[in-house]
Amino acid sequence: MPVDIPIPTVQQAVFGAVALMTAVAGLIVVVHRNLFHCALALIATLFGVAGVYILLEAEFLAVTQVLVYVGAIATLITFAIMLTRGIMFGATAANNNSSFIVASVALLLFLMLAGIVDRVPWLTGDLALTADETMIADLGWEFVTTYGLALELIGLLLLIALVGAVMLARDDE
Amino acid sequence: MQRTDTVVGWLAALTEALTHAGLHEETAIALGLVAGALVIALVAPLIALVLIWLLRKVVSRIQDRIGPNRVGRFGLLQTVADAIKLVSKETITPRNSDFIAYNLAPVLSVFGIIMLFAVLPFSDGIVGADLNVGVLYIVALGSIGIMAALMAGWGSNNKYALLSGFRVVAQLLSYEIPLVLSMLAVVLAAGTMRFGALAEAQGHFLGFGWYVFIMPAAALIFFVCSLAESEQTPFDLLEAESELIAGFHIEYSGMRFAMFFLAQFLNAFVLAGVATALFLGGWQGPGVQIPGIGPWLGLLYFVGKTFFVYLLQIWIKGTFPRLRVDQMMSFCWKMLVPLTVGLLAWQMVVQVLPWPPVAINGAILAGNLLVLVIGVVAIGRYLRQEMVRTKRAFVPRSLIGTMEPVVEG
Repeated sequence: MPVDIPIPTVQQAVFGAVALMTAVAGLIVVVHRNLFHCALALIATLFGVAGVYILLEAEFLAVTQVLVYVGAIATLITFAIMLTRGIMFGATAANNNSSFIVASVALLLFLMLAGIVDRVPWLTGDLALTADETMIADLGWEFVTTYGLALELIGLLLLIALVGAVMLARDDE
Repeated sequence: MQRTDTVVGWLAALTEALTHAGLHEETAIALGLVAGALVIALVAPLIALVLIWLLRKVVSRIQDRIGPNRVGRFGLLQTVADAIKLVSKETITPRNSDFIAYNLAPVLSVFGIIMLFAVLPFSDGIVGADLNVGVLYIVALGSIGIMAALMAGWGSNNKYALLSGFRVVAQLLSYEIPLVLSMLAVVLAAGTMRFGALAEAQGHFLGFGWYVFIMPAAALIFFVCSLAESEQTPFDLLEAESELIAGFHIEYSGMRFAMFFLAQFLNAFVLAGVATALFLGGWQGPGVQIPGIGPWLGLLYFVGKTFFVYLLQIWIKGTFPRLRVDQMMSFCWKMLVPLTVGLLAWQMVVQVLPWPPVAINGAILAGNLLVLVIGVVAIGRYLRQEMVRTKRAFVPRSLIGTMEPVVEG
């Protein structure tokens, strides 16, 4: 009797490709010896996560991911690497003396996430998605009503950070 | 009933035909999507040929020259000839360059721009993907261009390229803020980020209810920022020959350079298209409601308006001098950002007032006009100061180097 090999659907194939790219890029971030290439791999990882969001039909989340992480944070990281002279050229070691602790923490986190994925009773079935503008409008509405105080606090924090950056960068005359 | 004159309709027809030919339905849908992506990727370089030809012709006329007129009629094939020349040239890799960053940068820069074509609303229904986050998508993909410039600057192992890469990032990140805020003005007024709905919101008065009429300041700020984002004159100090030789693509040759070149022109076109979609009514115009020819008329309107904005860019390119780097930064942070934030705050307050729409639009228009006046006055004052300063700088301090005696008093 021939073994029934399941043929992946197109969506599964695309998900597999995106997930593989994300995982490989994430591995490169950790193990590569050239820090600039690590930063590039980090960007690839963030893009891969955005791709997973798109497959989940969460376009808003995906676009925000690219905007915030790739547009702002990754650029900042790259800048920091480029302007740090010792790191800019030559290789850095992938291991240091805290790698054992970090590895165990990563393992614990993985086990915790696996447990959550396994135990939580996920909703299944044909639930209608609130797609389109209504979802974004609801999100915005929640921000200025229910979470208004939190939003204001985040804004204040960012303002303080901005003023602090200007103070740090000022010439002392 | 499925309309037959939209991209969705064409894709459905293609899928149906493929399924009829014996393919699995899901595979057929995927093939249709791949075909659509290919069409977008192929149309973009063709548009670039027209863009480059137009730039050469118009700038030539501005500078009292004739421009290309030897290859093909009106020199139309000149760009094709240049492209063939670039393809046949040797691609040079500098020693000690970063292999991955150096080779990936040109590909990424084109990739980021062509992705933008997917959401441009060419006409009612003729759009690659009418995303519900269309406006945000445009903003997010701009970061790919920034990364490409950084990678090119760093990867080429050249100090001028690296300096220029830093300049690119400083300029693009700074001007992204007023750009996004001016886009937000339209999004606030329309209450949507979907390009199709934005165009529909501007369909009043026979398709002339454009947002540029009620928010001219936001439109102007968007236009200025789009010049900076696409590295056009007067913000083309990224390729300042006098300071940086050529810019972040100094070490690139042949096909790789051609890709940066292509990306720059397509970026200018896409931003002109976004300006059209946001402020100039997109595909709206008289007669787009007629079934049958309406969408094609809309396509004509959209392309026409986009090329009009592109011609404005060329006009500025042919006439304006280049800004200094400190002027570029202070213009953004001390002028554009405060003005745009003020504009937005005013619009937010006005929009929640319980007034009739006409009064709200009038109030928004008044705020925009005020911002325009403040902007013109501030620029005028700055230029007057600068005139005094340069005059002082050029008054001779001693007799050395001058032929005239200094008159005391």
